[in-house]
Amino acid sequence: MGYSKEQLLQRLQELQIDFAHYDHPVVLTVEAQAKYVGHLGGGLSKNLFLKDKKHRFYIVSALAGTTVDLKVLSQRLGLGKGGLRMAPEESLQEILQVPLGCVTPFALINDSARHVSLLLDQGFKAQEFCFFHPLSNDVTISVNSRDLDKFLISIGKEPSYVDLEANPPVGKDQPPDLAALVLAGTIVLPDLSEKAGSVQHPTENTVPVANNLAAVTGKAAKKSNPTSVTKDKQQAAADPLNANGNVRKFVEEIIDKTSALLLAEITKDSIQQHGDQLGTVISDSIRKRLSLDVESLAMMFKNTVYTQGYIAGSQTGFVRK
Amino acid sequence: MEKNVREEENEPGQIVNPWEVSGKDGGKIDYDKLIDKFGCQRLDQTLIRRVERLTSRPPHVFLRRGVFFAHRDFNEILDAYERGEKFYLYTGRGPSSEALHLGHLVPFMFTKYLQDAFKVPLVIQLTDDEKCMWKNLSVEESQRLARENAKDIIACGFDITKTFIFSDFDYVGGAFYKNMVRVAKCVTFNKVVGIFGFTAEDHIGKISFPPVQAVPSFPSSFPHLFSGKDDLRCLIPCAIDQDPYFRMTRDVAPRIGYQKPSLIESSFFPALQGETGKMSASDPNSAIYVTDSAKDIKNKINKYAFSGGQDSIENHRKYGANLEVDIPIKYLGFFLEDDDELEHIRKEYATGRMLTGEVKKRLIEVLTELVERHRRARAAVTDEMVDAFMAVRPLPGMFD
Repeated sequence: MGYSKEQLLQRLQELQIDFAHYDHPVVLTVEAQAKYVGHLGGGLSKNLFLKDKKHRFYIVSALAGTTVDLKVLSQRLGLGKGGLRMAPEESLQEILQVPLGCVTPFALINDSARHVSLLLDQGFKAQEFCFFHPLSNDVTISVNSRDLDKFLISIGKEPSYVDLEANPPVGKDQPPDLAALVLAGTIVLPDLSEKAGSVQHPTENTVPVANNLAAVTGKAAKKSNPTSVTKDKQQAAADPLNANGNVRKFVEEIIDKTSALLLAEITKDSIQQHGDQLGTVISDSIRKRLSLDVESLAMMFKNTVYTQGYIAGSQTGFVRK
Repeated sequence: MEKNVREEENEPGQIVNPWEVSGKDGGKIDYDKLIDKFGCQRLDQTLIRRVERLTSRPPHVFLRRGVFFAHRDFNEILDAYERGEKFYLYTGRGPSSEALHLGHLVPFMFTKYLQDAFKVPLVIQLTDDEKCMWKNLSVEESQRLARENAKDIIACGFDITKTFIFSDFDYVGGAFYKNMVRVAKCVTFNKVVGIFGFTAEDHIGKISFPPVQAVPSFPSSFPHLFSGKDDLRCLIPCAIDQDPYFRMTRDVAPRIGYQKPSLIESSFFPALQGETGKMSASDPNSAIYVTDSAKDIKNKINKYAFSGGQDSIENHRKYGANLEVDIPIKYLGFFLEDDDELEHIRKEYATGRMLTGEVKKRLIEVLTELVERHRRARAAVTDEMVDAFMAVRPLPGMFD
């Protein structure tokens, strides 16, 4: 159930955000909107709702005068050339829960939009105020970029301002500069068509993997390879059934945890303290500290592959005599 | 044998039923009086040692620490198990909110241990109909919450080859409904008024609900699982406030030719602000949620966990901490596996050698690890997996 404009405006008031409110007939384009509020100074915004090949969604909110080149943006986000395109109309309703012509950063207040990444034109910061639709095309509100930040932070989003017109080179030695803005949290199964509404992920507080592992193994000082681990996590998040049923990944994760614990426990001090008993001591420690984690992983693995079998079985309509 | 307790006869002031739990004058719950009033039994050391022997593994931390402290006929389950007779587990959740906190996980963590230790199947009931009626949710919303809660339940580590999860809205009908009617015929209106405190102003949905929670205790309610096994015993791990449903069930069972289910019951999980505080879904600081980040956990424990320590370091070193009311110690009792370490902390804290801050620090570590593990498992649960857990399907390996 999406938020209504009244609910959004009430929330802004609760957050003590100053905004001015302008009613006008329904508008579907920036030009039409400009007819009613263009004379007030400040910055009109144009808002694009985009999608990449892995069914992740983005709102790009820019000053009306800023040139936005989707090909360049796609590269800067690390999606390759041509990785970004306009999102289909149905996802507008399903994910942002706003009508056509009404894309707005404020749509992120809806839970259905929790995995949408937001790119804001840094030009907003220079404006005294900027105009956005508050979830409805027959109203425009103007807010200062600091107040927009306040709102975004209140819904758990980190405001990211970007020079949208920049075109930095992207290559082997120059990683895509906006790659961090691509959220790892979206899950869609490949055979599902555009039913991105069924994404499930518990929280915006997803802790990146390297931290996860460290927290889980307690004091393990793990020297992980962050980029490859993050990429795996992205893949895992995008398709948990296949990722969690993968034998190689399963085995690697267990071996990683064990060797991290091992490395953490073999220190000059512990060698001195235990001498040739160190092996037994560490072996006990591994058993005690890893059992719960490894068991949890193994159970997830089992449940995942059973589910894959269940899906396969229900699709074949296989009836055993 | 079974005491039938009218709510008014409860310890004046102490109220314990499925919809309300409060101590006398807003104070602590008196569990001894509760066991006495309800007529169930204490889970003593002999039983715990017996469990250890029969399962060839250390008893679960909740048994060792007395979290699960009461039972009805648990010894009969163990007798039967020793003879080679199996049983199945039945537990459930009323999906009233999306956010689950650690207290919600306690019965599921224990049930998972029972499933692993005894190698028996499990049915989990999601009473979406109950919440629809009591919390006035729409049917669709309660169904949605049921599925969301199912994901956190699955993340506790249940084995899909031995676990059937069902929601009342999906499953009630067929053999299940037949048993509901059999049970309903044996319980008069006066009886449910006495047990649950219903009044003439309550709508008929509420009054006819109790059989729904009763019949999963009978194997014939699940023909796709237990067909031909009408004598299979049932063990129900639950919080002690659910006891009224099963007192009613145990009363009815012999009259319709069924085995009485056995129960193993837990005490209540204390709120962060203390035993007398109420854990409430509307106060995020009254509990640690499974969605809390490491930062949230640290913040909540440091700021809101009620401390039994003295108000100054000098006084603390002199008098020590009051372990009776200290929440971090209680929480460690639930979640710190190592008995020796817990004993050490308790001793040091009680004598004032250890400070509240140190106890809280250890608790934060323990809880963060727990919540992280849960979150990792939760991330792996997809809608398809929920469908698979909830599919009406046979479980061929259920006793393996």
